[in-house]
Amino acid sequence: MNFSQEATAWICASCGGSLELTKVFFSYMKGNFEVDLPACPACDLVLVPESLVSGRMAEAERILEDK
Amino acid sequence: MEKNELIAWENKCIQEESPECTSACPLHVDARLFLKELQRGDWDAAYKVLSKTMPLPGILGRICDHPCEEKCKRGPIGGPIAIGTLEKFCVEKFAGKKRVQPLPRKNHRIAIVGAGLAGVTAAWDLLKKGFIVSVFEPGDRLGGYLWDLPEQLLPRDVLTEELSILEILKADIHLGIRLDTTLFDQICGEYEAVIVDRDSLQGIDLSLPLDSDGLIAIDPATGTTVRDGVLAGGGTRFRGSFSPVMETLEGRKPALSVERMMQKVGLGFGRENEGPQPSRLYTNVEEIASVPRVFPADSARGYTEEETLREAGRCIQCECKECVKKCLFLERYKGYPKKYAREIFNNERILLGAAHQYNVFTNSCSTCGLCETICPNDFSMADMCLEARRELLNLKIMPPSFHEFALDDMAFSNGESFALFRHEPGKSESAWLYFPSCQLCGSAPGEVLSSYRHIRERLSGGVGIMLGCCGAPAFWAGRDDLFREALDGIRTSWEEVGKPRVIIACSTCRNIFQEHLPEIETVSLWNIILESGIPASAGKQCSATPTVSVVDPCASRHDPVGQKNIRRILQSLGMEIDELPLSGETPECCGYGGLMYNANPTLARDVVERRTTASDNDYLAYCAMCRDNFAFAGKRISHIIEHLFPTVEGADPAARGWISWSERRAGRVRVKETILRELGEKMDAQSEEYEKLNLTMSPEVRKRIDERRILEEDIRKVIYRAESTGKKMRSKESGNYLAYLQPANVTYWVEYVPEGDGFSVLNAYCHRMKIVGIKK
Repeated sequence: MNFSQEATAWICASCGGSLELTKVFFSYMKGNFEVDLPACPACDLVLVPESLVSGRMAEAERILEDK
Repeated sequence: MEKNELIAWENKCIQEESPECTSACPLHVDARLFLKELQRGDWDAAYKVLSKTMPLPGILGRICDHPCEEKCKRGPIGGPIAIGTLEKFCVEKFAGKKRVQPLPRKNHRIAIVGAGLAGVTAAWDLLKKGFIVSVFEPGDRLGGYLWDLPEQLLPRDVLTEELSILEILKADIHLGIRLDTTLFDQICGEYEAVIVDRDSLQGIDLSLPLDSDGLIAIDPATGTTVRDGVLAGGGTRFRGSFSPVMETLEGRKPALSVERMMQKVGLGFGRENEGPQPSRLYTNVEEIASVPRVFPADSARGYTEEETLREAGRCIQCECKECVKKCLFLERYKGYPKKYAREIFNNERILLGAAHQYNVFTNSCSTCGLCETICPNDFSMADMCLEARRELLNLKIMPPSFHEFALDDMAFSNGESFALFRHEPGKSESAWLYFPSCQLCGSAPGEVLSSYRHIRERLSGGVGIMLGCCGAPAFWAGRDDLFREALDGIRTSWEEVGKPRVIIACSTCRNIFQEHLPEIETVSLWNIILESGIPASAGKQCSATPTVSVVDPCASRHDPVGQKNIRRILQSLGMEIDELPLSGETPECCGYGGLMYNANPTLARDVVERRTTASDNDYLAYCAMCRDNFAFAGKRISHIIEHLFPTVEGADPAARGWISWSERRAGRVRVKETILRELGEKMDAQSEEYEKLNLTMSPEVRKRIDERRILEEDIRKVIYRAESTGKKMRSKESGNYLAYLQPANVTYWVEYVPEGDGFSVLNAYCHRMKIVGIKK
């Protein structure tokens, strides 16, 4: 999954800078993940798109819950 | 779940028990599977089923006296399946094609003395198991009285051919022997064990004690005689009627004992289930249409292939699955309680790192009790799943997502926003205490307030009020700590006001009180209303259809009086009742019970959707969650309280539609605030800054965020934080903002845009995966 489109569609409203694809770390129930996501490293802001949340992330949560 | 508990659970579910036909068969031939293979037209597989259990199938398949048919569940609905005739069809098809594969040779020498049906059966069984077998027969051929059977029943060439299999299996056959005690002693000396076929002795004395029928006395369970290493069987025809299949069993029993003797294991252990047994399997045939038995057009030739398919097709493939037929949860996991008990047992023993595939399952049961009511053995999935949930918590593998939302809702109800406990305004004592339930207050606050005013007018001695949650969500979640806390809170308040009778509007709350607070006397609100008189305002509602179907809540299952009272109220309001197929003792749950909707929202939605199709009538509920869940699915449904205490005259309550979790919370707050106002008090809860934000959203967004279990409060917190810190993102195209917040276990995302003095919410979503950090 590539979120470069989202990275160009949004800007950081805090500093006005653009979002860059950056490694973001996640954890849930003993599972750790990293995904390249649009983020503003300066303001520590991440963009987790809805498509990721309702797709792969929901699936991963479900699998971890039955683990 | 401990091993002994697993065995107890497994023993309760009878789905895997043998059907009547197999249990009645002395050899336990799997007649149900045999018929299933015939139904599929797979003669080869059908023959394999027979030959797996039957010795000499070419003989027994023709002469069996089929006691199975007498027990067949088809009996009263068209006549028993002609299993005997079908066996004959099958073994005739396989004439000359049989192959017998014995096990590897064992170095044990066994003698069979007498070769009637019991003797040749014993020889067959032992040869197949690889023993070295010698047969000693006084007559001049094997088979004994089998030769006396009519040619039409058992053709001589078939008999000759079948018996020749013993030679193929390398039996050492001695015919025409002069059997006397000397020869018998000699045989006993040469062989490790000897089996005597009592049918073939024809008065020969072997110096063994006889029973009252003049046959060699044996232990009926094992076939052993008083002489070591000598066993016997057969000869049942001398006791009365001749049963070939019983005679076969008479040969099989001592053969099995001999095998055990050679293995040096206990002869009698676990053999109580040999031979004909009563079946424990329950099969419901109520809805099975009668289909008459198929008789062969040519009775001398037996069934044709077409007749076989038709006759075998009448077999209903007996099984229980009564609970599975009625419960979507049990159906969806493609098993039945016995299998589920094993899965739960195994799920608790998964080694670290492997998948616990039954976590969701364990938490998907609505604990409604329908299975227990239907089950001939009272198997309770609710009890099993609730115990398993406690164990998942104990093992620390219970995912928080399964119950957190419901437990938060319960904490809200037992917190300062809703919990309340007061005497009736203007009174200093309470003969009664009204507990209207948190969900009813959430769903119908105005009606609850009217009902409180109504019972205060009708009852004397003071009607105090107790707002809060009974603790059911904690009970369902296996959280005994939180459950105890809720119960203790209720008990303490109740004792404080002098232990009044408690009036309860919700069936679930009432069950919790009755089972876990038995010292408290409870009475249903509906009963009070019926006895003290229906309010004058009642029934001033228009109803689009005069006929309703009553949705009994699962929690009312064991309260027939309460169910009847509801119907009496409805009738007095002029409503016609058209009962649903599953009502009274057998209602299903709406998906709220057991927190099914929390752990398995898809299943909960499907349960409700299936139930909405049971009738086209408007539904009438007396459980708030039933009303709300059916309304969410788009079904026209109203709650009885809306008819008794209408808030808007002439409105159509069945058209009210769904309400959100946020509205439910607001409803509860409204009930508390109104009662406090009457008491001249105010809410002591401090409102937070974020609560003042004005939100607008379209109905679609409202429904979507509710399905995602996002509260308006969560959205307010996200926007408030984003606006006060500036931490948000902006769409270059639309100018919309996107912001997120992880207050605890859930991360909430909101897309919004400022509008007037508030914010228009365009979307919201959430996830449980925690954002840990960004690579710098």
